Amino acid sequence: MLVEEKTILTNKINSKQQPVVEIRHLKKSFGNNVVLDDFSIELKKGENLVVLGRSGSGKSVLIKCIIGLLKPDAGTIDVLGYDMLNLDEDELDKVRAKIGFLFQSNALYDSMTVRENLEFPLRRSWIAINQQQIDEMVLEALTNVDLAHTINMMPVELSGGMRKRIALARTLILKPDIILYDEPTTGLDPITGKEIDELIVAIQKKYNTASFIITHDINCVRLVADRVAVLMDGHCYAEGTFDELQKSTDSKVKQFFE
Amino acid sequence: MELHQNWKAFFAEAGDISRFTSRFFVQGAKPRQEVAEFFRQCFIIGYKSLPLIGLTGFIMGLVLTMQIRPTMVSYGVQSQIPAMVGIAIVREIGPVITALIFAGKIGSSIGAELGSMKVTEQIDAMEVSGTNPYKYLVVTRVLACTLMLPVLVMLSDAISLYGSYLGVNIRGRTSFAFFFKVVFNNLDFSDVIPAFLKSFFFGFAVGVIGCYKGYNSNKGTEGVGYSANSAVVLSSVIVFIIDLIAVQITDILGLN
Ligand SMILES: Nc1ncnc2c1ncn2[C@@H]1O[C@H](COP(=O)(O)OP(=O)(O)O)[C@@H](O)[C@H]1O
Ligand SMILES: [Mg+2]
Repeated sequence: MLVEEKTILTNKINSKQQPVVEIRHLKKSFGNNVVLDDFSIELKKGENLVVLGRSGSGKSVLIKCIIGLLKPDAGTIDVLGYDMLNLDEDELDKVRAKIGFLFQSNALYDSMTVRENLEFPLRRSWIAINQQQIDEMVLEALTNVDLAHTINMMPVELSGGMRKRIALARTLILKPDIILYDEPTTGLDPITGKEIDELIVAIQKKYNTASFIITHDINCVRLVADRVAVLMDGHCYAEGTFDELQKSTDSKVKQFFE
Repeated sequence: MELHQNWKAFFAEAGDISRFTSRFFVQGAKPRQEVAEFFRQCFIIGYKSLPLIGLTGFIMGLVLTMQIRPTMVSYGVQSQIPAMVGIAIVREIGPVITALIFAGKIGSSIGAELGSMKVTEQIDAMEVSGTNPYKYLVVTRVLACTLMLPVLVMLSDAISLYGSYLGVNIRGRTSFAFFFKVVFNNLDFSDVIPAFLKSFFFGFAVGVIGCYKGYNSNKGTEGVGYSANSAVVLSSVIVFIIDLIAVQITDILGLN
């Protein structure tokens, strides 16, 4: 009851706000392979938006376009009021510092220790900070994921779930406003996957971040989603809350919930 | 049909490599120089190759001398062994063999390292954390290769000559001073300088090809192995091609 009232209230506040990410008529193809075809969606502040789609449907392509790792063929992407497709390198780096990206393969630098992995984005950003602040931020990020004791270990020494959490800590270290999760639970056992889902929700609560969560794991959707969009044939095929989509009679939407 | 496609693929790759190389000059000039990473790479690429280069250089000088000896003796010019070996090592064998060993050791490790960084999205991760991965990974490694190989070649030449000195002394008896006197009497700048200059190009080629192959690795562990392997093969071939071009240039300039 109380929770419901609260969500209604936040939804009202959010609906007045300018979305933090706004994607309009996005198109992207590789040669003859049309991956995104007129995809539009918006992400509101503090919201967990799940993009659901089969493998190969273009989910990773979508979030790589958002952060500028891929250049779309047409359409617009607006992040925190910046037109992502028309920024120079310095501006792009500044916007990217506000976006966290959790890679599907974690992308931990395997030649560096956990500490160096976490320090990397701090040292490379243009923010001026001293060693003491760096140490504090590294420790805070590691504590957030309960892995402070791994600080001097190498990524190869960690289990899959631990690596995912270290990657999440590295994503969080610059306190991003927006986080893009690329299949955060794929390849993990259900229990570890659930831990990651809980972390995603905890982070959303603690820092009030807005997130795109790309997945085809329905348990993950159930736990983290405020809103769900189904990516199919390159565009947003259906959109709604988890419950709405679960009750859907559309056969294409239904197959995700079986 | 098959052949036609092979040629097409060949020219497409040559074009890609040229574009990749031109990025080196464009991006290398841009601000935010990765000085610390450059020195780290010099250490890895230069210092850590020393034992291997030293060993192969030593054996090369020794074996060359022992093989050449019977012929020289039969012509009665065994006193000229140091001159002959010295010129062979400094002008040709030293730079080329060192570059080939370098391609095998460093080219493959750069190809594999960047290849695995590529397929595990580490290169993308660098880019989204405000780092230009081309500058951080490629420019530093190519520069380190270009500057370290000439140094390694000089060291290898020196160790080879020492090996050769020992080789002469297995059967004959020559003093250290006399051996090197004959070597240096027969070497001029026109022997040393072109060899020194071409080793910069060898180093550059090994660095660029290793980085190119790694940077354009395909998904999967197979892709990484293929990158490492083709980096060695291609950079070795290019070392020979550069050598061929270098000898034409020195010939035209009358330095042979
Ligand atoms: N860099 C690329 N070059 C060519 N094709 C690509 C590239 N990245 C993705 N694709 C293609 O785009 C499609 C969608 O890929 P992706 O977004 O990775 O799927 P998923 O939804 O599983 O994340 C696939 O058919 C894939 O082959
Ligand atoms: Mg994907």
